[in-house]
Amino acid sequence: MLPYSWIIPLFPLISFVAIVFFTNRKPKLSSLVSIGAICLSFLFSLIVLGMVLKNPVTSEFKFTWIDLLGLKVQMGMLIDPLAAVMLLVVSTVSMLVHIYSVGYMEGDPRFSRFFSFLSLFSFSMLGLVIANNFFEIFIFWELVGLTSYLLIGFWFEKKVAADAGKKAFITTRTGDLGFIIGILILTTAAGTFNFTEIFHQVEAGHVSAGLLTLSAIFLFGGAVGKSAQFPLHVWLPDAMEGPTPVSALIHAATMVAAGVYLVARTITIYLAAPDAALVVASIGCFTAFLAASIGLVQNDIKRVLAYSTISQLGYMIMVLGLGGMTAGIFHLYTHAFFKALLFLGAGSVIHAIHTNDIWEMGGLYPKMKTTAITFIIASLSISGIFPLSGFWSKDEILAVASHYPNPIFLIVGILVAGMTSFYMFRLCFVTFFGKPRDQHKFEHAHESPKVMTIPLMILAFLAVFAGWVGIPWLKHGFSSFVYHHHPHHVEPDFLLMLISTIVALSGIYLAYAMYYKKSISPEKLKEKFAFPYKVLYNKYYFDELYHAIIVNPLLRLCDRLFVKFDLGVIDWLVNAVGNFTVFLSDIKEWFDSHIVDGMVNGTAYVTRGVGSGLRKVQTGQVQTYAFVIFFGLVLIILFKLG
Amino acid sequence: MNFPILSAMTFTPLLGMVLILLLRKEQKNAARFLAGVFSFIPLILSFMLLSKYDGSTSQLQFVERFDWIPSLGVTYFMGADGLSVPMLFLTALLCFVAVIYSFGDIKERVKQYFAFLLLLEVGLMGVFAALDFFLFYIFWEIVLVPMYFLIGIWGHGRKEYSAIKFFLYTLFGSLFMLVGILALYFTVEPHTLDMMVLIEKAPQLTRGFQLIIFLAFYIAFAVKVPVFPFHTWLPDAHVDAPTAVSVILAGILLKMGVYGFLRISYPMFPEGAIYFALPIGILALINIVYGALVCMAQKDLKKMIAYSSVSHMGYCMLGIAAITVTGISGCVFQMVSHGLITGALFLLVGVLYERAHTRDIGAFGGLWIKLPVYSGIMTLFCLGSLGLPGLSGFVSEFMVFIGSYPSFKVIVPLAVTGVVITAAYFLRMIQRMFLGTFNTKWEVLTEINGREIFTVTPLAILMIGIGVYPAPLVNMIKATMENIVRLVSG
Repeated sequence: MLPYSWIIPLFPLISFVAIVFFTNRKPKLSSLVSIGAICLSFLFSLIVLGMVLKNPVTSEFKFTWIDLLGLKVQMGMLIDPLAAVMLLVVSTVSMLVHIYSVGYMEGDPRFSRFFSFLSLFSFSMLGLVIANNFFEIFIFWELVGLTSYLLIGFWFEKKVAADAGKKAFITTRTGDLGFIIGILILTTAAGTFNFTEIFHQVEAGHVSAGLLTLSAIFLFGGAVGKSAQFPLHVWLPDAMEGPTPVSALIHAATMVAAGVYLVARTITIYLAAPDAALVVASIGCFTAFLAASIGLVQNDIKRVLAYSTISQLGYMIMVLGLGGMTAGIFHLYTHAFFKALLFLGAGSVIHAIHTNDIWEMGGLYPKMKTTAITFIIASLSISGIFPLSGFWSKDEILAVASHYPNPIFLIVGILVAGMTSFYMFRLCFVTFFGKPRDQHKFEHAHESPKVMTIPLMILAFLAVFAGWVGIPWLKHGFSSFVYHHHPHHVEPDFLLMLISTIVALSGIYLAYAMYYKKSISPEKLKEKFAFPYKVLYNKYYFDELYHAIIVNPLLRLCDRLFVKFDLGVIDWLVNAVGNFTVFLSDIKEWFDSHIVDGMVNGTAYVTRGVGSGLRKVQTGQVQTYAFVIFFGLVLIILFKLG
Repeated sequence: MNFPILSAMTFTPLLGMVLILLLRKEQKNAARFLAGVFSFIPLILSFMLLSKYDGSTSQLQFVERFDWIPSLGVTYFMGADGLSVPMLFLTALLCFVAVIYSFGDIKERVKQYFAFLLLLEVGLMGVFAALDFFLFYIFWEIVLVPMYFLIGIWGHGRKEYSAIKFFLYTLFGSLFMLVGILALYFTVEPHTLDMMVLIEKAPQLTRGFQLIIFLAFYIAFAVKVPVFPFHTWLPDAHVDAPTAVSVILAGILLKMGVYGFLRISYPMFPEGAIYFALPIGILALINIVYGALVCMAQKDLKKMIAYSSVSHMGYCMLGIAAITVTGISGCVFQMVSHGLITGALFLLVGVLYERAHTRDIGAFGGLWIKLPVYSGIMTLFCLGSLGLPGLSGFVSEFMVFIGSYPSFKVIVPLAVTGVVITAAYFLRMIQRMFLGTFNTKWEVLTEINGREIFTVTPLAILMIGIGVYPAPLVNMIKATMENIVRLVSG
């Protein structure tokens, strides 16, 4: 089976082509084709995972794509435990989102198109995780970026949606700049694109330390863009303009985790370049805090979740930078399920009451029990409450951080855990409990159809139990499956577990006190900390800053270059040369017509004048001659006489 | 003697031109029909060329050679290798597409138009097939004449200005080439105009001579490419030309310059190529980044695409400058890819202009609702142009970057920024024209028709084909590219 793993991404590709060319007009059929394809991918991913579990070795299959002097690319697949886990995560979430979308997108005029894009995305994402070389991973990397662009701007009639898609594509491409340069440096030094070969060379010390650090930092640029890390995090919150199932699949569970996956896949390079790894850890740590702090005060349910995603991705990036490859991927794995669940739950709410603003919600629990309960389960999981999935993965991250000499990572990690549980339960309490704030919307609220709630229940199950494969007491758990070189066994640290649980519970309690019991007034806090609140509410003014220092000056520069330089200088010169030539020819024409022609004509005039004068001398008329002779004789006579 | 396929490809359109000229002025459809047939025959022949071409060797193939003016050493010498075969195919394809497209939008002086278009094809084919300088120069100059009239008579806007600017600019360049050819002719013993002989002998000339002649040819070819700062004829000519002519201008004419570098300048004057590598690389960088920045400032769709050509031809020059097999292969790949993509983009601009009579990007909005097929196709080609993986532009850009990075460790990373700017201006254009709220003023627009789809379909198929699996094209050009690099860097 393994050599045929390429069939996993192939199913959705076929579905994409089929929908675009054949079933576009038949929405029902399109969704069935798309769901069928992703189910097959899921099934095969399970089989692959089973085989890799049984025999956890790395298998590679490749064929030559380009063969040139200095450029040999062999496309193929790299199937190892990391890839197998990613295949399963992607296909599971994707499958559930596909099913959920049937309900969520019902009646949309571009229903078929939506499913074709979902298929295209699944193809690209599944391709990305099995890529065996930098060239290939970059290809799929860009393709997932494209589908993200297409799906964010799916409702393109809304200007904000179209803008958000553009912003996402350009911002992530800015990160890809680094990715490309990193690939250039690394592959030029190593002489190959193949992951395995490059890692061998790196470990054998064939790539100089300076180049390695440089390339590792540039490569990380790609991850910063895709995984929405500081300073390129600004696109992800805007991406929430896309349909909610898309936010769940692409902008929470899978594509944004591609950056994390990239760092994990190339962890060999980061382990060999400790300076670069420190950059990675620091960016991740800073982002985790930055995003969580913004999430505390946002009012759009999806944006809170988006900042939460950024923050959690920061967690993963941080722990990868600290060398905890297993912990990073473990958190990616558990996060995919509970974050997808949170988004789909939010989607269910939005579907029911048609607003994103949490202050127009409230008291929805009795009306939407399944949504509410699953949402709360996911919130407990992300907050790291024992014994849900999130508890185990978050604990492993903190455990890795606690082994790092500098305590800053651990402190920020615990702080972020507290902030996370606070903002999540702020959402829970405001949305599902208390009194309805918008009576009209409340009355129209209803539980979503089964096709939407069943995926929620499955994900809730996973949000609780998926993490159990990584319980530290297990002999053959997650950490003895996905690891770099040596299984990474973290001894259970009970003190740390206790601290993180206390912090998480305090966050929940604070949210409870502020938004349920109302014993602490959020309004008063807002007044008391007016300035920090304003800064957080405005997301530290990153968008405004970027517009002021990058976007607008760049547009002005382009305009100036075109008008002042291209037209004003270069083309002016060209025209000046042209006009000068015309001027010269004018002068020459004047010279020609007045001087040269003047002389020519003058000669002619003179000649003609002389000629016509002389002609009179020889008219051929006898009378004239006789007259002249006579006249001459008279003159001679007069002369002689005188 | 085998079937003279190159001559056949070159002169079939000439025969078509003569037949069209024999028609009466009113026989518009007959002129269209003849033009279609006589541009289709070279396309068929070019498929034969592709199938018979043996890519495993850099040897000349399909050679035809006769004495022509023996006293001057002028021969009728044609042949093809891995550099010219893709160009000949591209020429045949784009000329055919241009003719088919013109069925719709040319309604005045139809007979003359198609006669000129076919004459243009003769010149273009000849340039890529000729291997004797005399012959090459004749074809090179033939191209100018029909182009001048096509822009000047059937163009839009300041068409006379643009036509003259184009003509004089190129003529200015060709003069330098003529001087270079003559200098070569009189320096090399025995006097010859045979390019293959010159490729052997010219590199043995003194360094100073090589540098000077390299510069003379550089100017001639740089105007054509065009290399900054000789590029301002391009936006004027492209914008004011009729659609089909813009396609040929961008798709093929610009490649004549790059072809000249690879066929003549680099193999004949390796000293010059090596000595000027850095300035050429820097100018290429300016082309890429400057061209892209200027694109961002454009309000006219056609002008934006014209300037995007300036940027994209920069990749070709960057690939050449490094003198590596990968870089030069990337350059040739980019020539083909740019020909397909930009050719299609100009066609699509024409499709819209014919219906809306404006090309102002800001005047549209939300067109996707009204014209989903058109918008989809346009977006596909824009994605190709901005280097999306899976489409041909990506492969060529990456090859250029990888090939030139070892030589230019600073220039290439700077050039990579062009990729982001390109994405920015294309997405900005897509967003302003096709997304957002529908501008109801355009309720009257009709969807792209069957003939128009027919013209862009082969281009789309090839763009995707070589983007997904580039090996066939790469293998075709590989041996020749290796040979060029060997000739230059020994």
